[in-house]
Order: sequence, then structure tokens, then C-alpha cells
Amino acid sequence: MSVDTKIAFDQDYVRSFSEKRQEPEWLTQLRLMALEKSTNLPMPKPDKTKIDKFNFTSFKHDVPTEGISSLDELPEDIKDLVAKDQQSGNLLVHRNSTPVFSQLSDELKDKGVIFTDIQTAVQNHSELVEKYFMKDVVKVDEHRLTALHTALLNGGTFLYVPRNVDVDVPVQALYWQEDPEAGLFNHVIIVAEDNSSVTYVENYLSYSHDVESVANIIAEVHVGQNARVTFGSVDNFAKGVTTYVNRRANVARDGNIDWALAQMNDGNTVSTNSTNLVGDGSTADSKTVTIGRGNQKQNFTNEIFHHGKNSEGVLLVHGVQKDSASAIFNGVTKIEHGATKSNGDQTQRVLMMNEKARGDANPILLIDEDDVMAGHAASVGKVDPLQLFYLQSRGISRKEAERLIIHGFLAPVINELPIEGVKNRAIEVTERKVN
Amino acid sequence: MAASTLKIENLHVSIEGKEIIKGLDLEINGGEIHAVMGPNGTGKSTLASAIMGHPKYQITEGKVFLDDEDVLEMEVDERAKAGLFLAMQYPSEVSGVTNADFLRTSINARREEGDEISLMKFIKKLDSKMADLDMGEEFAQRYLNEGFSGGEKKRNEILQLMMLEPKIAVLDEIDSGLDIDALKVVSKGVNAMRNEEFGCLIITHYQRLLNYITPDKVHVMMQGRIVKSGGAELAQRLEAEGYDWIKEELGIKDETVGQEA
Ligand SMILES: Nc1ncnc2c1ncn2[C@@H]1O[C@H](COP(=O)(O)OP(=O)(O)O)[C@@H](O)[C@H]1O
Ligand SMILES: [Mg+2]
Repeated sequence: MSVDTKIAFDQDYVRSFSEKRQEPEWLTQLRLMALEKSTNLPMPKPDKTKIDKFNFTSFKHDVPTEGISSLDELPEDIKDLVAKDQQSGNLLVHRNSTPVFSQLSDELKDKGVIFTDIQTAVQNHSELVEKYFMKDVVKVDEHRLTALHTALLNGGTFLYVPRNVDVDVPVQALYWQEDPEAGLFNHVIIVAEDNSSVTYVENYLSYSHDVESVANIIAEVHVGQNARVTFGSVDNFAKGVTTYVNRRANVARDGNIDWALAQMNDGNTVSTNSTNLVGDGSTADSKTVTIGRGNQKQNFTNEIFHHGKNSEGVLLVHGVQKDSASAIFNGVTKIEHGATKSNGDQTQRVLMMNEKARGDANPILLIDEDDVMAGHAASVGKVDPLQLFYLQSRGISRKEAERLIIHGFLAPVINELPIEGVKNRAIEVTERKVN
Repeated sequence: MAASTLKIENLHVSIEGKEIIKGLDLEINGGEIHAVMGPNGTGKSTLASAIMGHPKYQITEGKVFLDDEDVLEMEVDERAKAGLFLAMQYPSEVSGVTNADFLRTSINARREEGDEISLMKFIKKLDSKMADLDMGEEFAQRYLNEGFSGGEKKRNEILQLMMLEPKIAVLDEIDSGLDIDALKVVSKGVNAMRNEEFGCLIITHYQRLLNYITPDKVHVMMQGRIVKSGGAELAQRLEAEGYDWIKEELGIKDETVGQEA
């Protein structure tokens, strides 16, 4: 079967979709320009994974969705996510990419914090969004999927934290793809102005077990001088969803970003997590855990680019591959010329649970400066039959033994995830993916 | 619970096509402590591993029964649940899994769903057994055998023995690498298990351990077979005279496997 990479959406469709959402002219024009470009741009080429058979075209773009009047109307599994992660009440719920619930404390509003869905944001804060949307962090024309993302944008979140404001409780966005065919073109913008701090947590959830759909997600994070952002995510798209997800941050002088990503999709996934340490003294800590199962094919590129002097970046990735799943892990540490006294370190570990599972870890160190420190460790291995024997010899079943080994393997990352809600959720999803 | 019997008949075990155990018979009853002694490379660990179902060893002939259950038909975990236990010569390390979680999972594996051991009861038992073995509290929360010294691993094996309370235990070189104090502690643990129902097979190539745990029967293993059996006095003679007199008596030049006289 050859997959049609043409998209069934034309200029008229995009124009009227934009009109329907009452978008400012700049966005309509940007969408149209991006759609035009998308036809000529190549697909992304994730290192060592062929994605030409991935479905990026079969999905519903605009799914009629009813709102909810209170959180009580949410199904239990969604409510669970909220209850555990969200004590503060700073919450956004998207249903099939449509915002259906939004809440921000008065205290944060008074401080000038904006936390709203992207559609409302472009109406109420058009200039602010225009300043950050697909400009400095991610560009429209990087490849076909970034262009299509821009053209077909249908959901997302805008989080703005003014200078000197500390948001000391996590804000949470929940993207609930209730309709299995609903495609998600989700854009997240986080702006943490100088000396501010914020923790953002997102959850993606879908039920596309038997039908195909697409998620095309871009998150752009602007970390100001001496600002701190913690970005946590639990991705949990079902088997039918092909995901392209690109989470990227630019970090100014003395700023810091911590990434805590539990990438627990069941479908094919192309993921990039990158940080540009632009300013001197900027720092990044990126932690990722993932479990592949079934026939899933995934590619994870985790990268930190050091531009500023004295910048520090640490990457830690632990991946488990079960069944016939396969995954490539590319860890990139790039230290640019002039980024003296920088320190880049990366660790990638892959555990394969059986003969058919495939995993590969590629540490890529690109160092254009002498006066730096850089370290890397990578390991790929099969589960140790003697460990299984040992555990089973105490009465533990094979399945339970595998479960213990997987939890144990992921523990060094999961235990270090900086957000309690993400940690607990990651443990729960791990439990489900292991059984 | 009545005493159990482990019965091994004409056991033949190969590894990678090479026969290591060549027709071995042994019967261990609840209440008895047996010692299998023999120099290195005579097949002792192979015997222990084969009983427990180690994936590398093939059983080519013979039978192993625990009471009326055919052990060789069972998966490894089923053997454990039936009442067998193996303290391994080289226990695996499992990162990220705490000793306590591992032990609780092991205990609950042999109980019905809904009848899991209560956390309170578990902790109480664990604390008391760890105290018996002079193990610091921190061992409960350390990852299973990870970074343990040789002696700590041996103690941890005995801790598992005491927590799981099997019917028949095989202890493979539980004494190797232990100083005299540690040896006493480990022996105390095993002796505490001693009762009319508990059967034990102690594998060692030193007589030393048997000063602290007096065996009912002693067997000498050479070339993959039991070549001599006796009482506790046999161990003492081995201590005093070594193995040469047995080799002489039986006309064995090289006692290791594959070096047939
Ligand atoms: N994994 C293995 N592969 C090949 N040969 C082995 C393996 N394990 C043990 N053997 C051989 O089996 C024989 C008996 O080993 P073992 O049972 O460990 O002896 P013991 O415990 O009495 O020292 C030795 O000759 C040893 O080399
Ligand atoms: Mg041995």
C-alpha cells in the first residue's frame, strides 16, 4: 500500500476554517502561505527511521464537539488525570482539539499571567501570539509537517508569564481526543519572561485503536533571562494515531528548562525534543521515558545545542521495547564554537524484552569548541535471562518478572521526573503498557 | 503442612551439548539436612540449577519429584510455588527494584489474590529476619543485589530463604567468600529454619560451614555423580584428609566433569 502524502485540504478550506475561528488576518495569511509551501517541502528525515509508510494524511480535521459545563461531565479516565495533577485549578481541557474547559486563578490573572487556548489567544492577544508563533523557535518551512502544522492548526495553548512572576503551582493542559478519527494540530506556546518561573504539564489521550488519525504537535518554549520553566508531558495516543511531535525551547542567559517527558504512545511516532542554550549560563535538563509495544515504530531525537558560554545540558533517555516494536534514539549534543566552558552530557539506554523487539541508540556529539566538557553513555541490550530466572525462582511469574525489570529499568528516570503528577501518571501508564 | 520429599532419580544434565551430570540419585526428606561436597568443577552448581529450572541446562534423562509432583514439568516460578528454593552461587542484580518490593512480590506470588500479606505484617517479618542476619535497615530499600558485596549477596539469599519459608531449599556455596563472623550469621539463619518439615541441600566445597550446620547426610560429588555418601563424619574426614583418598579408592584421576578415568 502506498500512502498518499497529499493533503485533502485546499486554500478555500483553510481560508474558511480560519474565518470560522475569527482569526486575525496575519494568521489567515500565514496558514495560506504555509499550505502553499507544504506541497513543495520535503518530509522530515528522522535519522535511521523510514517514515514513508507512516500515515500523515488520514484524519478528520474539524470535528464538531460539544462543550461541558463542569468537570463532572468528564469521563472517569479524564477526570482521574485532572484530579491527580491539578489541585490548583489552573486547567485547560481540549476535546477533539476544541477548548471545552478553562480555568485560571484570579491571583495569577491579577499578576498578568495568560493561560488560555490558542484560538482565544489569537483573538485577545493577537500581537503577543504573532510575536512568538512559528518565528524564533520553530520555523514554518522546516519541512512539510511544520508547514502543515501551521496551515491546519486546530488546537493548542498559550501560556504567558510576565517578568518577575513566579507561578508556583503547575498549570495543566489536557488534550482529550475523544473522536478516534479526530486529527490534532496542536500548538503550545510558553513564554516565560525574565526572572519568571512556571511549570506546565500536558496530557494527550486518544482512543484510536482501530481507525487511523494524526497528531501534529509543536511546542515552542521561550525561556527569558534567569527564568525557569519545567515542562512535563505524558503522551498517550492510541495505536491508530501517527504522531509528529516537536518540543523545542530557546533559553536566554541564566535561564533554565527542565523537560520531563513520558512518551507512551501506542502508534508510530516521530519525536524531537530540542533545547537551544542561547544565553551564557543557560541550562537544560531533559528526561524521557518510553515504552514501545505491538508493531510500533518510533524515532526519538533528543538534542541540546550549546551556543552560550558556561551552558549546561543533560540528556537522559530510557526506552523499553516490547513485542515487535522498534525505536531509534538519537541523542545530539552540539557545542558551538565560542560556547566555552560549556558542559554537555547524555545517557541513552534501551532495553529489549524479546527477540523481535528492536532498539538502537545513537549518541551524536558535535563539538566545535575546545574548552568544554562533554560526556555520553549509550547502551542497548536484551533483557537478561538470568535476571528472569532469578526472579522466577522466587515464585514470581514470567510476566510479573518482566514487569519488575521494566519498572526497575525506567525507575532512574521516572523517580527523577520533577513533577509529581507526571511521575505518578508515568507509573500508571507504564503499568498499563507492561500488562 | 507435612514434611516433603525431593526425589532425584538417574538425573542427566547437559549444557551446550556437553553432559555434566551423569546419572545422579538423591532423596531429601523434610527434616533432613544434606551436604553435597566436592572440588570445583564437579557439577554441583549444575545440579542445583537444573533442579530449579535454569534456562541454560537441558535435562536429557531422569526424574525429579517433589512429593507426587513432577518438578521437571513445571515452570521455574511453579517450582518455587511448589516449595523449592535455590540460594544461588551468583545471584543476579536487578536495578530499580528494591529488596523489599521484590520480597513482597515473591511472598504474594504464592498467595491467593485478595489474600496478600499485609504491609504491617510484611515489614515486621522483614525487620526481624534482617535483624537475625545482622543486616542494616537500608538493605530493604536498596536495589536487589545491586552493588552488594559478595557476603551481602549471600546474606540476602538467606534473608529470602527465611522470608519465603520453602519446603526444600538448595543452598549453593552459601559460605564462599564469607569471613568467620558472616559465616556464623548465615549458619544461624539456616539453623533457625531447621525443623521436622524443612529439608535442605547444602552445596559446598569447604567443610567449614558444616562445623556450624551439622548435616544428617554428606555426599561427595565427582565427575557429575555422587561417588560416596555418609554421615557427618564423612565431612570431617574430608576436612582432615582432603579428597585424594576418595579418588584413590575409586580410581579417579581427575575429579572434574569430562575427565573420565
Ligand atoms: N555455562 C556453561 N557453559 C559451559 N560449561 C559450563 C557452564 N557452566 C558450567 N560448565 C561446566 O560444567 C562443569 C561443572 O560446573 P559446575 O556445575 O559449575 O561445577 P561446581 O559447581 O561443582 O564447581 C564444569 O566443567 C564447567 O566448566
Ligand atoms: Mg558451583
